[in-house]
Amino acid sequence: MSVAEKTAGQPETAAPSAPAIELIGISKAFGPVQANKDISMQVARGTIHGIVGENGAGKSTLMSILYGFYRADKGEIRIGGVPTQIHNSDDAIRAGIGMVHQHFMLVQNFTVLENVVLGAEDGALLKPSLAKARKLLTELAHEYELEVDPDAVIHDLAVGFQQRVEILKALYRHADILILDEPTGVLTPAEADHLFRILEGLRREGKTIILITHKLREIMAITDTVSVMRRGEMTATVKTADTSPAELAELMVGRQVLLRVDKKPAQVGQTLMQIRGLRVTDRDGIERLKGIDLDLRAGEILGVAGVAGNGQSALLEVLGGITAASGGSVTLNGQALDLTAHADAGERREQGIAHVPEDRHRLGLIMSFSEWENSCFGYHDRPQYQKSRLLMDRRAMRDDAREKIEKYDIRPPSCDLAAANFSGGNQQKIVIAREVESDPDVLLVGQPTRGVDIGAIEFIHNEIVHLRDQGKAVLLVSVELDEILGLSDRIVVMFDGRISGERLPSETDQNELGLLMAGIDPKEGAA
Amino acid sequence: MKSMPRWVDLFLIPAINVFLAFLVAGLVVMFIGEDPLHAMRIMIQGSLGSDYGIGYTLFYTTSFIFTGLCVAVAFHASIFNIGGEGQAGVAGIGVAIVALTLDQTHWLLVLPLAVLGAGLFGAAWAAVPAYLNAKRGSHIVITTIMFNYIAAALLIYVLNTYLKVPGSMAPESRRFAGGAHIPRLDQMAEWIGLELTRTPANISLFLALLACLLVWLLIWRTRFGYELRAFGFSEPAAVYAGMAPFRIIMITMLISGALAGMMAINVVLGELQRLNLDSVQGAGFVGIAVALMGRSHPVGVILAALLFGVLYQGGAELAFEIPAIPSQMILTIQALVILFTGSLENMVRFPMERLFLFLRLRKEAR
Repeated sequence: MSVAEKTAGQPETAAPSAPAIELIGISKAFGPVQANKDISMQVARGTIHGIVGENGAGKSTLMSILYGFYRADKGEIRIGGVPTQIHNSDDAIRAGIGMVHQHFMLVQNFTVLENVVLGAEDGALLKPSLAKARKLLTELAHEYELEVDPDAVIHDLAVGFQQRVEILKALYRHADILILDEPTGVLTPAEADHLFRILEGLRREGKTIILITHKLREIMAITDTVSVMRRGEMTATVKTADTSPAELAELMVGRQVLLRVDKKPAQVGQTLMQIRGLRVTDRDGIERLKGIDLDLRAGEILGVAGVAGNGQSALLEVLGGITAASGGSVTLNGQALDLTAHADAGERREQGIAHVPEDRHRLGLIMSFSEWENSCFGYHDRPQYQKSRLLMDRRAMRDDAREKIEKYDIRPPSCDLAAANFSGGNQQKIVIAREVESDPDVLLVGQPTRGVDIGAIEFIHNEIVHLRDQGKAVLLVSVELDEILGLSDRIVVMFDGRISGERLPSETDQNELGLLMAGIDPKEGAA
Repeated sequence: MKSMPRWVDLFLIPAINVFLAFLVAGLVVMFIGEDPLHAMRIMIQGSLGSDYGIGYTLFYTTSFIFTGLCVAVAFHASIFNIGGEGQAGVAGIGVAIVALTLDQTHWLLVLPLAVLGAGLFGAAWAAVPAYLNAKRGSHIVITTIMFNYIAAALLIYVLNTYLKVPGSMAPESRRFAGGAHIPRLDQMAEWIGLELTRTPANISLFLALLACLLVWLLIWRTRFGYELRAFGFSEPAAVYAGMAPFRIIMITMLISGALAGMMAINVVLGELQRLNLDSVQGAGFVGIAVALMGRSHPVGVILAALLFGVLYQGGAELAFEIPAIPSQMILTIQALVILFTGSLENMVRFPMERLFLFLRLRKEAR
């Protein structure tokens, strides 16, 4: 261990005026891809610093360098003014850096206390460490509104609480600098607000916080300064008070972006799909849908809001033919569909239900298949792709793929590349192109813009609206309230496998939807 | 991250792996006081140095192509079928039934029916683990390995109870009559006026090459192959696309078992001309190494099978020429090849990836 590292572990020796973190000329390449190009950044002590940028802009790489997962090819990191070598997360922790990952790093069957202590035990015996941690947890809970039951087992906790455990873990390790990677992706608006109160409390105590997010609203709400990244470069660092969401979006994308969806009023037609009392019980015997009634109407986008895990995924999967229902009835164009006997996604497609799945990596695409093989995935048994009874018509498949690439502006425009080599936005375009071009009556869309860059979001939203305007019914599931509010013609909110409320987008707002997402109906409360 | 040219992945890395395996094997040979270069010369000379050696090498190669394809096909669906040994063994019964019934006719009739018999019996033996896996989720590695043992027991039972020559103590069937003798390569060479030493290599070699072509067509050209590969990469995605995992697992395993069964044509019909207890002799397991090394591609399988054919024939010669090198030594060399090409592959792959990345970056910098 070098002298510099040792001193970095004790920030009190550093000059008090030095910035908490200073990055000087950081560069990092993965093969031919320059993930970070000569990045310099300063974060003042006791501030909340936002980092925004599209997917693949290099935010995560930069933070991984700071936390010791990767090593920079070039550049210097100074913590509290002291040049510091960070080779692994141990070094980072020693330098006072804590990280809350997007996907929590918790042992599911351990208690909160055990998770907090894990890896930072004081000796061979657990008891003293646990006692120490319990005392600290009580103090922290009091100080920062970080209440968690120390003896609760992680998998019994809601995600918001699991996140608090991650923060507690960092604080237990004496973190002075806290990095949060997309912390609000899984939270309700109320939980997010609570998180922000926690962060403000930490800031008051002089902690330094780096917040990585793609939600401009959060940046505006809580950060002091914000850095924008684009294509591996840091394009701007500004005081939050001096900027606006529109300006940040433009800095991120490099051109002017329409943040609002531009759409005509809906021409709502007849009901295409009628869902009554739909129930789904999963393999573990847990009832995911507890009686859903919905009407999907022609020319209408029905938005389904809700915190992840309240049955929206089950709804998409049962309608898409991935899982079987345990009860209820569904009619499509007046014809009854049998969803209970068995699940058959191919049959659903034949009946005119197309499905853009929530998780395109797991379901929507075969990552190692080439673009043209993915371009007919799910429709591969349609006659236009067959050469004979057994052989597929590769030329037809490729011609078809090229047409979609052209029409949907998929980049790079090469149907021979593997799906994994496309950016998130272009992968999603491959899926959208495939499902929309199958000319469905009903389109199921899950998280259409998750992990998609702003430029592509605009395009995808327009495609969905375009399909609506052709008189199709769209069921839109999204955890992004902005997206639900901007795109939907009608909104239902799901909570605990049920519909907890229905609203028109013009007559509701984030707060009301947020309450419904937590299972509270403000109207009923008022009545 | 794709940094290496394809030829490095397909040829250079396997070549380095084989070289390393031989290097370590050479050290072992040195350790027991023999000259490794001399041993190496005997192995190459013995397997490739004469039409006799080549004949035997091709005979082994044929078996390994079949068992290699068996593993490779299942690999593409992410199914680890290591029951090739048992499937090939049971297929021998199918071949024997056809041959014993029809050996008064002509091989032109016997061969296609024996192919059918071997395929059916091999597939049937794969069907049970496949069904248990597809319906009940039993781990197919465990079930297929268990079925290898059951196959061995079944073979003893069938030979002793039904096929044994009355009065004989040996658990083997009677010799097939001339009508069931398929042409050996040396006989076929005679048709075009070439004279070759008699070896057990036979017409099955061409059957094996045909099987390679068919497997290639199946995996990369048919609709079922498309579904099989999709299922292999991601079962949830396959379900999303409307494919039925049960059907894919069943059909894949039936094809896989039938391919392993084809090996019985080469050995039972081509070489032994009777059914006995040791017609498979580990070839089913060698198939795993062949498929691994051949990257589950038919062309790779042919090349890897050829390498193992050389190892088998060369090894036999080595044990014969230098008695100080015991036959276990041959197994050691084969095991080293499997170890280096299978398990230790990343040992070579990562440095190679880095090397090529470095070369490319330097080129770009210039």
